[in-house]
Amino acid sequence: MAPTTNTLDRTNYLNATKGFMSWFWTIDHKRLGLMYLWSVITCFILGGFFAMKIRLSLMPGAVDFATQTAEQMNAYNNAFTVHGAVMIFLVIIPSIPAALGNFVVPMMLGAKDVAFPRLNRFSYHLWLIGALLFVATLIIGNLDTGWTFYPPYSTGHTDPSVITAVLAAFILGFSSIFTGLNFIVTIHKMRPPEMTWFKMPLFLWAIYATAVIQVLATPVIGISLLLILVEKTMQIGIFTPELGGDPVFFQHLFWFYSHPAVYIMVLPGMGIMSELFATFSRKPIFGYRSIAMSSIAIAIFSFIVWGHHMFISGQSQLMSVIFSALTFSVAVPSAIKVFNWISTMYKGSISFTTPMLYGMSIIWLFGIGGLTGLFLATLGTDIVFHDTYFIVAHFHYVMVGSALFGFIGGIHYWWPKMYGKVVDGPLAKLGCLLSFVGFNMTFLPQFVGGSKGMPRRYAAYGSEQGFDDWNYWSTMGAMVLCAGLFIALFALLRSFFVKGTLAPANPWGGVTLEWQSPSPPPEHNFEIAPPVVGDPYDMSLVEYVSEEEGFLPVNPRSDDPCVADVKPEEA
Amino acid sequence: MSAHDNHPEGVAHHFESASQQFDSGKLGIWTFLLTEVLFFSALFVAYTMYRNNYPEVFQFASQYLDTNLGALNTLVLLLSSFTIAWGVRNAMLGETKKLTINLIITLVCAAGFMMIKAEEYGHKFHEGTLWGGHEHSIFKLDANDVDPHMAEHSLAFNNPDGEFTAAVKDLDPEFRQKLGIFFGIYFCLTGLHGIHVLIGMILLSWLLIRNLRGEFGPKNFAAVDFIALYWHLVDLIWIFLFPLLYLIS
Ligand code: HEM
Ligand SMILES: [Cu+2]
Repeated sequence: MAPTTNTLDRTNYLNATKGFMSWFWTIDHKRLGLMYLWSVITCFILGGFFAMKIRLSLMPGAVDFATQTAEQMNAYNNAFTVHGAVMIFLVIIPSIPAALGNFVVPMMLGAKDVAFPRLNRFSYHLWLIGALLFVATLIIGNLDTGWTFYPPYSTGHTDPSVITAVLAAFILGFSSIFTGLNFIVTIHKMRPPEMTWFKMPLFLWAIYATAVIQVLATPVIGISLLLILVEKTMQIGIFTPELGGDPVFFQHLFWFYSHPAVYIMVLPGMGIMSELFATFSRKPIFGYRSIAMSSIAIAIFSFIVWGHHMFISGQSQLMSVIFSALTFSVAVPSAIKVFNWISTMYKGSISFTTPMLYGMSIIWLFGIGGLTGLFLATLGTDIVFHDTYFIVAHFHYVMVGSALFGFIGGIHYWWPKMYGKVVDGPLAKLGCLLSFVGFNMTFLPQFVGGSKGMPRRYAAYGSEQGFDDWNYWSTMGAMVLCAGLFIALFALLRSFFVKGTLAPANPWGGVTLEWQSPSPPPEHNFEIAPPVVGDPYDMSLVEYVSEEEGFLPVNPRSDDPCVADVKPEEA
Repeated sequence: MSAHDNHPEGVAHHFESASQQFDSGKLGIWTFLLTEVLFFSALFVAYTMYRNNYPEVFQFASQYLDTNLGALNTLVLLLSSFTIAWGVRNAMLGETKKLTINLIITLVCAAGFMMIKAEEYGHKFHEGTLWGGHEHSIFKLDANDVDPHMAEHSLAFNNPDGEFTAAVKDLDPEFRQKLGIFFGIYFCLTGLHGIHVLIGMILLSWLLIRNLRGEFGPKNFAAVDFIALYWHLVDLIWIFLFPLLYLIS
């Protein structure tokens, strides 16, 4: 029997108003979340296109090392720069906070919206402007500085595409700052009185820690990029060696942001992990406080380790030793989280749903990504690994394997809330499996190639250098990964066309507040406000009800219409 | 939807109460000011680093800045901070007329600041005391690269009246180049600050218009309060810039 309470005919935030402007000019955090979601997915496909371009041109035999032409090298430089810049500034940084965070944060708080809904809309429009500027960059072409925009590459040479790209990143930075600011205020001021800090879902802790980094670190990259801009257009000279400036100074500023930024990317993914592991192990999360505090610890530590990107850029040895030691300390809170997730699974009754499969993949991928970070934090080994494919593999394991997989897992987890459809069939699982296999196939060989000294950012390698096998497997893996991701996307899209499988309010048995609202939620999130606040991980608060095909609160409120329809005798 | 019927007036739909709304705004603006401080931070770090490495250059370069105009601007901004603070009080007490006057004085001060700044900038461009990469800069590594026109008429370049310790053309080339860096930092810092003053002027004008429409009063003064905070920050940054740039000795 289909659940009576959940039909798409009921007025909800998706169908309450219609027309282009009702979306484009909306201040509803849920609609903004969805617009971010689809925008980010679009950019991901764009970035993915360039990734495939990179991998195909690195396929042994595609570009000959001895006879490669300047055009081929330029095209390659352009491809990896655009790939990196799009993936970082347009995809991973906004992915979880701006897309899923916007949708979920107010609902988890039982609130009607974020603290500043208009500012939220402004953030999205800034994001759009940034994205359009990136498109302009693509049209101008020849962006070849690497996503890091190091001077003198970015300041010396004459291509105007640097200007639009830097301006885009600058504007995207402000979009990110305002999103973070909004979440900080929302989490501080809009929590229901019963929800104390330590009764907050861990996703909110993660988003909060992320927002702090967004607000504190992003302005620094903002001003640095602005300086690159004036440096390039007006030859100011602060970074330009010909004018007496110091290019290494830019690297310090850049990494002062960009190291914390890697935690902007991964912390929200970790927040999703905590939700997934509790819900799908049907157990309270293990070590709630240590997970919450480790998010804060990571946020703090992330500000004092940037020098590990510059071990061989000419900083003093003393600085390098200090940065190395501090970098090791970041691994501690990261490991705490992983151990807590594993402990949560221990003796739980695990259901292998699609979101959980992503979660479990991340344990492996983040494990590998995090541990190889320690190789890089070690001064002696980093001298060998720096600027090799070992680095490339490391950061893809953390950024794709952890942050992006977390994003996709989160999409599957909250898809029923967003669209009222559960996507958990064999196709979705196949997507996850292929992505996992393809991902490892792509990047494990890069660790090996890198440790044998294969430098990054080269357009071609000679066969006699012995990297051909690694490149071959990596390119094959990229194709598998690509297929896996498309299957996942297809499974999601297909749900729009499948009739009759409407999601119940709480398909997975989550205890956080968003599951107390119908799927999809009404315009103001909850039909009766505010929802009942309890321990976010006390699984005994909900139970499976087969007529509902989902979970319901054990002690329903008498005025809850969701419940009243199904079990009138108990209401 | 009974919650909606008795929703307090002037409170956005997603807030429970006026105080929740006000507190959120307050936290929001303070957080924003924090990002502003960090936004300037990189330039202050650049200043500190170069000053630390080339103290003599900074000392020398500072002489080209007009301390009198700088001091005057400091006074102008201090006055404007005072009037806007008074304005917040006016708004809280519902003294609409006084608020109008205070807003106008603040705006006039801001405009005065920008005019004085423009005067200073104009002088710098005239003399060629600019960042090294500018075509009219007199701070080139090789003195022969200086635009002949500037080389001819710039007092600073030739220094005929002995006002400074040395004429720029006789300086050590490295030293001269680093003077260009000082002016790069000077223009970036004061330029960025000037942009903030301009944004402040737009915000103040918006307040003025709203006040003329009678929108502010004891129950609705948040906008005045928040923009005043922003304005204080803009002043504060100048309070740091003035001694750091003009008063090096
Ligand atoms: C678990 C703790 C981690 C440690 C100890 C660590 C350590 C390092 C070190 C030392 C480097 C510099 C290597 C070099 O350039 O020679 C590095 C590079 C990098 N890491 Fe990590 N890392 C960690 C986690 C992460 C996470 C979570 C992310 C992203 C989500 C990340 C993203 C990156 C990126 C993007 C780069 C290279 C950027 C570039 O050069 O283009 N790392 N890591
Ligand atoms: Cu780092």
